[in-house]
Amino acid sequence: MASEVTALPSEAPAVEILGVTKRFGAVQALRGITARISPGRLTGLVGPDGAGKTTLMRLLAGLMAPTEGRILVGGRDTALETEEIHSLTGYMPQRFGLYEDLTVEDNLHLFAELRGLRTENYQEIFGRLLAFTRLGPFTDRLAGKLSGGMKQKLGLACALMARPKVLLLDEPSVGVDPVSRQDLWRMVHELTDEGMAVVWSTAYLDEAERCASVLLLNDGKIEYAGSPHDLTRALHDRSFRILHPAKDRRLVLSMALDLASVCDGVIQGSSVRVVLRKDADAGEVRDLAAGTGGTLEPVAPRFEDAFVDLLGGGPGGGSAIADRMPPAEVKEEITVECTGLTRRFGHFLATDRVSFEVRRGEIFGLLGPNGAGKSTTFKMLCGLLKPTSGQAHVMGLNLRTATSEAKNQLGYMAQKFSLYGLLSVRQNLEFSAGVYGLEGAVKRERIDEMVEAFQLQRYLDASPDQLPLGFRQRLALSCALMHRPPVLFLDEPTSGVDPLTRREFWSHINGLVRKGVTVLVTTHFMEEAEYCDRVALMYRAEVIALDTPDALKQSAMQDGGVEPTMEDAFIHLIERVDAELEAAGGPK
Amino acid sequence: MSRQWNLRRMAALVRKESIQMLRDPSTILMAFVLPVVMVFLYAYAVSLDLNKVPIGVVLETDGAGGQALAAAFSGSRYFTVTPARDRREVEEAIIGGRLRGFVVIPHDLEQRIQAGGTEPLVQVVTDGTQPNTASFVANYAQNVVTQWQASRGLAVGAGIALEPRFWYNAELESRRFLLPGAIAIIMTMIGTLLTAMVVAREWERGTMEAVISTPVSVLEILLGKLLPYFGLAMAATTICTLLSIFVFGVPLRGSWLALFMLSSAFLVPALGQGLLISSVAKNQFIAAQLALFSGFLPAFLLSGFIFEISSMPLPIRLLTYLVPARYFVTTLQTVFLAGDVWRVFIPNTLAMLAIGTVFILIARSKTKKSLDT
Repeated sequence: MASEVTALPSEAPAVEILGVTKRFGAVQALRGITARISPGRLTGLVGPDGAGKTTLMRLLAGLMAPTEGRILVGGRDTALETEEIHSLTGYMPQRFGLYEDLTVEDNLHLFAELRGLRTENYQEIFGRLLAFTRLGPFTDRLAGKLSGGMKQKLGLACALMARPKVLLLDEPSVGVDPVSRQDLWRMVHELTDEGMAVVWSTAYLDEAERCASVLLLNDGKIEYAGSPHDLTRALHDRSFRILHPAKDRRLVLSMALDLASVCDGVIQGSSVRVVLRKDADAGEVRDLAAGTGGTLEPVAPRFEDAFVDLLGGGPGGGSAIADRMPPAEVKEEITVECTGLTRRFGHFLATDRVSFEVRRGEIFGLLGPNGAGKSTTFKMLCGLLKPTSGQAHVMGLNLRTATSEAKNQLGYMAQKFSLYGLLSVRQNLEFSAGVYGLEGAVKRERIDEMVEAFQLQRYLDASPDQLPLGFRQRLALSCALMHRPPVLFLDEPTSGVDPLTRREFWSHINGLVRKGVTVLVTTHFMEEAEYCDRVALMYRAEVIALDTPDALKQSAMQDGGVEPTMEDAFIHLIERVDAELEAAGGPK
Repeated sequence: MSRQWNLRRMAALVRKESIQMLRDPSTILMAFVLPVVMVFLYAYAVSLDLNKVPIGVVLETDGAGGQALAAAFSGSRYFTVTPARDRREVEEAIIGGRLRGFVVIPHDLEQRIQAGGTEPLVQVVTDGTQPNTASFVANYAQNVVTQWQASRGLAVGAGIALEPRFWYNAELESRRFLLPGAIAIIMTMIGTLLTAMVVAREWERGTMEAVISTPVSVLEILLGKLLPYFGLAMAATTICTLLSIFVFGVPLRGSWLALFMLSSAFLVPALGQGLLISSVAKNQFIAAQLALFSGFLPAFLLSGFIFEISSMPLPIRLLTYLVPARYFVTTLQTVFLAGDVWRVFIPNTLAMLAIGTVFILIARSKTKKSLDT
């Protein structure tokens, strides 16, 4: 893009946030935030869902007024000079704010008119934006028919229309596959080079590392402001990895998390990654590594390590519920299997001959971009959807013929937890015990067990909607576990959940797996795939790769360089499929 | 460049809305298919006329007078007569719902006529489970007897012929006043329901958020919605009117000009109400519920479309003055069945515009370029 954007004097911040508080009724979304955003930089607004990111974005765009404090964008007050703010800023809301029944061209035209651009400049501006976003060949296509990545680019083009000084992107990477995300990073960096201030909000902590500076938001407060690298540098000699322990890595993780010197730990393929507390000695973990037959190696700290450390460390490694459950008695070696599972919705092929087997006591992950067919596969395996062709078995029971017997063998935790908001926590528990046919003493016993293990006592009479997210997740899990199923299906169990709650959740899952429960999980958090024993990667309705996380990462390793992340592996595999399709005569 | 109103921005919004409108099958369904369905429904299925009501006529006398009266009933276009000799024969049929009532022509009919006193000539028994039909049977039976008496009187030489006439709707066909009324219902659907829903849809899909983050003004947003739906509603009105005239033979005695003027005036409150709802309800379900309760139902029940306002209890009658459809239904029936009666049109038009102005002003102040509630 031409560099007509006149950068504000470099010492003047593009945005100043001065003591901003925002209340919605009794809820406090932002609590006294003060920060500055510089021009010519990519600023990441990072934090878990519900931290206040979208509220802050809307305040910056002048779509809401702060309850207390004020915000200056380019020196103008967002609450008082909204007209100017709307000219100074370009804002892309979540889900991109496009008219899906209008073509790409119509959308561009509309926003050009609304922004008051000169008609004679249209051709030049559209040409530039279309080249920049590579949407040139799709001008006649309806926006609703674009892929997630293309929608995002069109949304970006519309927001960029009038060369704003401040570009606000609210969760631009949600629902977008990693390849398109890569593209977006490239475009945003070009813009910041021209002097534009870009604010990028995200719940993915790994995206923070790519930003020049970061505002880390948690529970309405700024936990950290500054360069992400300064933050991670503080953890320099505190991140380690226990490589290939001989003992079960899940057991090693739970032991590590119970150590006083460890503040955080996760599973990474066949290894366990731990972060030490500030000023703690590495002795304990070294002993643990030696005792479990692994080797300890220092690794580079990540932004997420720093985030968990800032919040005072993750939860311990135990799982009260797994400790209480008797080992699952499963004879079958293969607990879940599907062969040639195909499902059509009209002309749309949602899954295409999906086949895999899941072994007893395994965590099996289904990964893929939105619309790849993960949830459809899942629903067919749970007997919620009839396949167009192909077979699915759970615990040896055919889901076509023995649907209800098979359903009794599995626990299912749906996306967004699907609890009954109008029932109390106790009634939710009673209901799920009831639908699985538990009665009398057994029913009471199981409910008490769940309440105790998940510490739900003080919420028993509350509605699930009033619960903190972490407790809502516990409740959903206890509802799915009530009948002690040997197979557990988790559909996006941790989306919208902060890293600490996510760790607690995985402690429970790890504990259950050690008891012999088989777990199938879908997720869009790439790093969570690391918890899985094996991962099936879905793309365009097909399974394009199925292997252990380590092997998948290995396949993406290029000329012995840096160890690739799960996301790198993902991009690599998808690009390979696209290239093959291209060679075979273009995508469908 | 005016901050409040800029022709280009508004034109862009109108253009966008029109493209969306034409591409969205549900809009087409609601604006063109639904009106046609409704017109056919009101023309054929809903009929407030009663023709050929089945009744029994119990003839207890063999006298010539009784025979002639029974023949008068048989000859009436309002009744289909089942003759009987004994009332017990028809009682069963009434209980079974096959007859709606019966008329007993007593054995002493001649004496009663002779006596000329206050004693009734015939007994009419009706099925009270359907009150409207029951009173219809009673009234028309009375009518038949009166006419028969009159014709007898003429034969004797009394000299007066009694012939009832109904002005403006001489055939007393209910479709003649239902179809014009249906136009009011359809315009309410498009103006209020559709408008409220398309605005709510923009909130739901997040497009409104993108639009209000641009320099566009509230006035432009509102007008950008109003104008396309105004056009759509006028198109639907034209279709309904053409259907009514050419397919169902409802006369348009007034002028098209008056019809369009009245429709335009009605669209001001209808669209205003739609916008007002949309400023409160930001999801389509609530918007639809509100529009049905506050727009469609009053237009249906309180406008005089089906239920006559003059027969409503006073508090309800007062309430109807707040329903814009009331003014529209009255004037529509006038313009179709009577002609251009400006004396009626002008006060009604003013009332509609006044209500509409209030709606739009409230909508204007309630709609903010902000996500704060």
